[in-house]
Amino acid sequence: MTDSAIPEVVINTHEMAIEKPRTTPKRFRPSGGAVVMGLYLLFLMLPIYWLINMSLKTNSEILGAFSLWPRNLTFENYALILTDPSWYMGYVNSLIYVLMNTAISLAVALPAAYAFSRYSFMGDKHLFFWLLTNRMAPPAVFALPFFQLYSSIGLFDTHIAVALAHCLFNVPLAVWILEGFMRGVPKEIDETAYIDGYSFPTFFIKIFTPLIASGIGVAAFFCFMFSWVELLLSRTLTSVNAKPIAATMTRTVGAAGVDWGVLAAAGVLTIVPGALVIYFVRNYIAKGFALGRV
Amino acid sequence: MNKTVNQKAWFLVLPVLILVAFSAVIPLMTVVNYSVQDTFGNNQFFWAGLTWFEDMLHSDRMWNALGRQLMFSAIILAIEVPLGIFVALNMPKKGFWSSFCLVVMSLPLLIPWNVVGTIWQIFGRVDIGLLGYTMDALGFDYNYTQDTFDAWVTVIAMDVWHWTSLVALLAYAGLRSIPDAYYQAAKIDQASRWAVFRYIELPKMAGVLMIAILLRFMDSFMIYTEPFVLTGGGPGNATTFLSIDLVKMALGQFDLGPAAAFSLMYFLVIMVISWVFYTVMTTLDKRDGK
Repeated sequence: MTDSAIPEVVINTHEMAIEKPRTTPKRFRPSGGAVVMGLYLLFLMLPIYWLINMSLKTNSEILGAFSLWPRNLTFENYALILTDPSWYMGYVNSLIYVLMNTAISLAVALPAAYAFSRYSFMGDKHLFFWLLTNRMAPPAVFALPFFQLYSSIGLFDTHIAVALAHCLFNVPLAVWILEGFMRGVPKEIDETAYIDGYSFPTFFIKIFTPLIASGIGVAAFFCFMFSWVELLLSRTLTSVNAKPIAATMTRTVGAAGVDWGVLAAAGVLTIVPGALVIYFVRNYIAKGFALGRV
Repeated sequence: MNKTVNQKAWFLVLPVLILVAFSAVIPLMTVVNYSVQDTFGNNQFFWAGLTWFEDMLHSDRMWNALGRQLMFSAIILAIEVPLGIFVALNMPKKGFWSSFCLVVMSLPLLIPWNVVGTIWQIFGRVDIGLLGYTMDALGFDYNYTQDTFDAWVTVIAMDVWHWTSLVALLAYAGLRSIPDAYYQAAKIDQASRWAVFRYIELPKMAGVLMIAILLRFMDSFMIYTEPFVLTGGGPGNATTFLSIDLVKMALGQFDLGPAAAFSLMYFLVIMVISWVFYTVMTTLDKRDGK
């Protein structure tokens, strides 16, 4: 279809005359783009700036006077979170189940993605579709059954319960992303390796894994991300010991109203891990969201 | 790539199968179980047949939630898709600024969903929020906790803020895959900017755009945390979308039967959409000859 697209291009005689002195429009066009991008990035950053602004104020300043930047800079809100175990353990709990989930998801998804990308077998298409439906399943549907399932097997309020529950949408995602990357590796590599006498496990670990290293990185990033941002399931499956930071944040609503400063500081701290890892995968984010299909 | 037929590949898929079956099939069976039974407490259940399904099909509550849900999804798609394409067209092509834009744009995607709600809650409040304060100062009667229209505007603004970057990133990736030769050919033909967009860029972006639209539709269809934190489904029931209503019913009121019937119908809708998604995706894969 791409071939037919080019000849249809309209010839515009009007522009021919303008085409010659190219210098002025050329200097103007990128600046138009810069204005659009500037406005869009401003729109993205304003709410985040406001959150940071709030986190650096005391509560009396937040409620007392409206100001665009903190007049009396204070780090008390952060100090409170970083010294109170009931606060910072929320971050630790979240990180524990997120990392567990990423490890489990990748471990099971790698062989499966290899099978999907290399072999055809009975029911493979149906299985692939069924995996996708789980990525699309609303967590709200699963909240109550999960609660009962994990309570009955004694895993309620443990990190592993949340990690397993998040596998529901992360494993299908990891399989899809990895399959997309593995398809880009020519099959001849596998065949040559087998002829050279590699067994499947050694081939997979020594030769194949380094070839799709970027794919593994992207899949890990997406597992990390979707497990990190999810609240409904992680809140339903925990009470005290494995309570995620997202659920801890509801604590700031007390009898004396909302503790806005601490709430904002806790919010800022949840953005940090994402902002750190995003830099490494910036060129692959789109590919990951497109499930490995760009 | 032509694949070898190998039934032993099942062994490689087995771990995924067991894991996902454990966390998907068992809970789903629980839901099915509840949907056909009634209980008066004490864990005593009675066969109720399809009454819950009939009840739900005749309940205004569900239809209203579904109506709100469809309207929400339609509005955010109508805003996010054109805006995302527009942003992608204006993004720097390479160098430092390109990376910078990618990183800043990805930032909202990585914020926990309840924090997204919190950010907009703080941002929109008339007394302490920049948005609310500005609107108030400009003379608008803005209050998202009291006024239905304001609540909708705020929820939609939040979703546009949160997810437009996803559409933009995908469109950008599609644009990057266009070889320079296409643009040079268009230049030789003296093609207008619009013609370049319509006949070169849009067809080349079609695949990723389709993915973006379907992803956005499905994710917006099961949105829960952000509006729950921001408005709590209010004022009244104005922003109670399907998932919020379902959680209210299942965990709040513990109406297991109706909630389960509701879940199954909800799930069915999602299944149909997923099937469309899957068909589009596999067709695209075939067309690209991968």
